[in-house]
Amino acid sequence: MLTLTPYEAIDQALAEEMRRDPTVLMFGEGVATKRRALSDEFGGQRVRNTPLAEAIIAGTAVGAAATGLRPVVDLLFAPFLCYAMDAIVNSAGKLRYVSGGQFAFPLVTLAMTGGGWGVGAQHNHNVEAWFVHSPGLKVVMPSDAADFKGLLKTAIRDDNPVLFFVDLGLLHTPGEVPAGEFTVPLGQAAVRREGDDVTLVAYGKSVAACQQAARTLAEQGRAAEVIDLRTLKPLDEATILASVRKTGRLVLVHEASRPCGVGAEIAALVAEQAHDALKAPIVRVTGPDAPAPASFVLEQAFTPQADAIVAAVQRLLG
Amino acid sequence: MKPTHPYSDPVDQLARMLLVRAYEDRIAALAAAGPFPASCPSAGQEAAAVGVVSALGADDLILTNHRSAGHLLARGADPGRLLAEVMGRETGYCRGRSGSLHISAKELGVVLTSTIVGGELSLAPGVALARSLLGRPGIVTCFFGDGAACEGIFHESINLASVWNLPVLFVCENNEWQAYVHRRETMLTDSIAAHAAAYGVEGRSVDGNDVAAVHAAALAAAAQVRASGRPFLLEARTYRARGHLEPDDQSHVDAGELAHWQARDPIALARERLIAAGQLDLDGFARLGAEARARIDAAVEFAVQSPYPDPAELLANVYA
Repeated sequence: MLTLTPYEAIDQALAEEMRRDPTVLMFGEGVATKRRALSDEFGGQRVRNTPLAEAIIAGTAVGAAATGLRPVVDLLFAPFLCYAMDAIVNSAGKLRYVSGGQFAFPLVTLAMTGGGWGVGAQHNHNVEAWFVHSPGLKVVMPSDAADFKGLLKTAIRDDNPVLFFVDLGLLHTPGEVPAGEFTVPLGQAAVRREGDDVTLVAYGKSVAACQQAARTLAEQGRAAEVIDLRTLKPLDEATILASVRKTGRLVLVHEASRPCGVGAEIAALVAEQAHDALKAPIVRVTGPDAPAPASFVLEQAFTPQADAIVAAVQRLLG
Repeated sequence: MKPTHPYSDPVDQLARMLLVRAYEDRIAALAAAGPFPASCPSAGQEAAAVGVVSALGADDLILTNHRSAGHLLARGADPGRLLAEVMGRETGYCRGRSGSLHISAKELGVVLTSTIVGGELSLAPGVALARSLLGRPGIVTCFFGDGAACEGIFHESINLASVWNLPVLFVCENNEWQAYVHRRETMLTDSIAAHAAAYGVEGRSVDGNDVAAVHAAALAAAAQVRASGRPFLLEARTYRARGHLEPDDQSHVDAGELAHWQARDPIALARERLIAAGQLDLDGFARLGAEARARIDAAVEFAVQSPYPDPAELLANVYA
């Protein structure tokens, strides 16, 4: 095992995939400046700085992906994706289907989001559900260093456009990463903790909040199962449904705002397919329908915390 | 019937323009006659399309937009498969999933057609980057209109192509209309080619209704892109002779403007020049027109006889 931060894990994944496949390249705002080791190893053709122009960064990645390259682009902060939506949603997500299957778009878009740095609403906006709602795309949001590496390697090898969201609050938290070659499949959730009383489903740094809540609940004699989605699309429905059939109770946790979020989709899925197993109403613990604040105190209030999850479970269990 | 590229014979070019006109006339007639899928006609712009596409080589790639029939037919597309696509049939170039608005034909080198105004401009540098890095031959030609030149992505695209030395021939078909808005309302300058200088790129305007002039300018521009590996902006000054979307009675268009441009019809200009040069006579011209219309008759028949896609395949090709 190695101990790496997710930032380092991302670097390792990029370097390994660029060594493995000469068609992998990376570009974005400051990529060549900040990922110096990559730029030194692979040179200016494959590691490129770009203008501060997200629409053309994304468009260029989409055009290159359709004609033989496997680009990884760093759009920095998730709200900047707004400038890149046409290329990602209308071109990468649709032109395979629209063309009757003539093109594929193997590309990865990296974007950071989430509370923890006090960067405010135009740098912190958990927009991942927008892309879940758009056809033709895959959406990944890891919660630990090993998954950052393993999922990014798989995303780079996937023949579809993958949105890879990086939770800012996790970026410099070291974690264990297996040494040597390994990958993590897309579309496969991880059961982080087993339990029979309630299922907690989360992704990104909300997984840690659920883990902390589960430890508190254990002290109270309550066994919570914690599911880390890891991939938001395709969604691992089977793991979620199996857990809810076992526990009969479901709490959905994410930092993204509640309306039409990933939690809403999972709640609907469970209502449709495992209603008979439910012993209590489904509960969502999410960020509010508000822009993210900058002040640390407000940011903490905005972000789902372990005590709120514990309180939700206690209400469910009576 | 696929032409070899490039093709410089002016009679071949006129025949190709007549095929585009016959295609667009037929779609207009079908749209006027009753329910028919929407399409954006390229009539009036045949010289720009044929003049540029006939100057390209077999290895060159083309990105186009919603007003694409001229580019596709000039490249040698089968009008039957085009009409089948417009009519939502399985035999269309995109198996009926595109309709008229975003037809790609990879086998012809017409890739990644986008109907989002400016979408094709966002994709072209990446296509050129892939060709350069993979060492593949050919340049990338990107067709867009004066409307797209008002989008921010036009400026981002030409800037990146310049900074990264990408072999993109940007071709603006300035047809004076941006959907239902005249260009006068959206731009204070007349020339789109003039934007190029701001990005360190060479730009040139050409009479877009003169197929010989367009062809010569495109040959020179393409040769320069090929030799330098750098972008070039070619503006073809032309006119959208029909409405934005069929059917359209064009009641919002100034009659004087229509008359001015009708007197500069690209097919009539080419015909007169060839007759004056002794390369064609009126009978020959009539024969070319009749051949084009006959091809479109057969194309309509092919499309109408073609099967619709199987609804069981609704979800095919969402993912690779």
